[in-house]
Amino acid sequence: MDKFEPKIAAFCCNWCSYAGADLAGTSRIQYSPNIRIIRVMCSGRVSPLFILKAFSVGADGVLILGCHPGDCHYIEGNYKTLRRVTLLKKVLKQFGIEEERVRLEWVSASEGKKFAEVANNFTQAIKDLGPSSLGPLN
Amino acid sequence: MAKLKIALYWAASCGGCDIATLAIGEKILKLAEAADIVFWPVGIDFKYADVEKMPDKSIDACLFNGAIRTSENEHIAKLLRAKSKIMIAYGSCSYEGCIPGLSNFYNRQMTFDRAYVETPTTDNPKKILPQTKVKVPEGELEIPEFYDTVKTLGQTVDVDYFVPGCPPEEKTTWLALEALVTDKLPPKGTVISHSVKAVCDECPRKRGEKKIKKFYRPYEIIPDPETCLLEQGLLCYGIATRGGCGALCPQANMPCTGCYGPVEGVIDQGAHFLSALSSIIDSNDPDEIQRIIDDIPDPAGTFYRYSLPDSLLRRAKIR
Repeated sequence: MDKFEPKIAAFCCNWCSYAGADLAGTSRIQYSPNIRIIRVMCSGRVSPLFILKAFSVGADGVLILGCHPGDCHYIEGNYKTLRRVTLLKKVLKQFGIEEERVRLEWVSASEGKKFAEVANNFTQAIKDLGPSSLGPLN
Repeated sequence: MAKLKIALYWAASCGGCDIATLAIGEKILKLAEAADIVFWPVGIDFKYADVEKMPDKSIDACLFNGAIRTSENEHIAKLLRAKSKIMIAYGSCSYEGCIPGLSNFYNRQMTFDRAYVETPTTDNPKKILPQTKVKVPEGELEIPEFYDTVKTLGQTVDVDYFVPGCPPEEKTTWLALEALVTDKLPPKGTVISHSVKAVCDECPRKRGEKKIKKFYRPYEIIPDPETCLLEQGLLCYGIATRGGCGALCPQANMPCTGCYGPVEGVIDQGAHFLSALSSIIDSNDPDEIQRIIDDIPDPAGTFYRYSLPDSLLRRAKIR
């Protein structure tokens, strides 16, 4: 069997985490190529719908990256995300999806190194979990 | 003008939708003037063979209630689609899967075990479960296959219109039937209801800023009759549910449970409600958020009460 290479969607907020990913790139830090970055204006823009959609089209894991608490460009978008992800994880469990497949992390614009670490750690965690085996029509 | 030919059918449903079609009251006389019922298993004795003999597209409209759970449901859905010019998914079960669709959190084996073995009122020591074929002295008997996954009508055949509700309100039913008998049908794919906005738009309760520290189940509190139920901590689904019902449940001091489906343009009603609900939780502390959320005993079943088969994931993964 081929080695399992997970597909991971990473939603990065425009103001902190996307800039953090950018810094990882300009600093030439290598990180897992399994991460597909999707830039959003705020982690609060990440509707649970996006996360479910990612799973329904075959993602093995979803990473949501936002500004550190208190640092949100829109004051409290990241707190809304925190509440949503907490509730969504409980729902996902009932759908038979391991809650570890969704991870929320705070990455600031100066944390290129942390971005790479999070990307690598999460990829490894998903590799350990195996494929989500969801996808269209489940 | 020749009279319209109408068929009514029930698949996986409780029968409430058939009663709801009668709930239009004296308007049924108007309907009888304009249309003949050519097939209606609940009300009139027709056989499937009678439908099979009808020419294709000879029925003007079919009001199909119930989800697709067995091979019989699917066969009749396809048969009636072929015979009907207009196919209407009538009621939440055929539109979104509804209560029968909740068994998509389980599989066939689990559903059978629960229904035929585990329920306290069942006496089945030999654990006999339904079989599609069984040999008896007279020969072999066959019953329809029970599917693992409940589907909506729209996932099974091409559907022209959707009528929401569990069951549809009288005025919603009449809106669809009136459009039919006066030949003023909306564009294909329309969800026929008086409103494209949320139930809150029709709800007379007073609304303020929504901040929730604790969720309650309806039996735990007696809510204030004037204030928004969601603000009082009840999981009122009005914010994520299409209006048109007239906000009847909130006016009876009960939270909306979401039977009219998503508002116009929303794909996944459960995710929509989850999103709105979690953003009004009044805490920024991870532990407190977890505690508040733990007051909701069955979030997936609550958020997808009527729409699991029609949701993005459609069913749970069973390990």
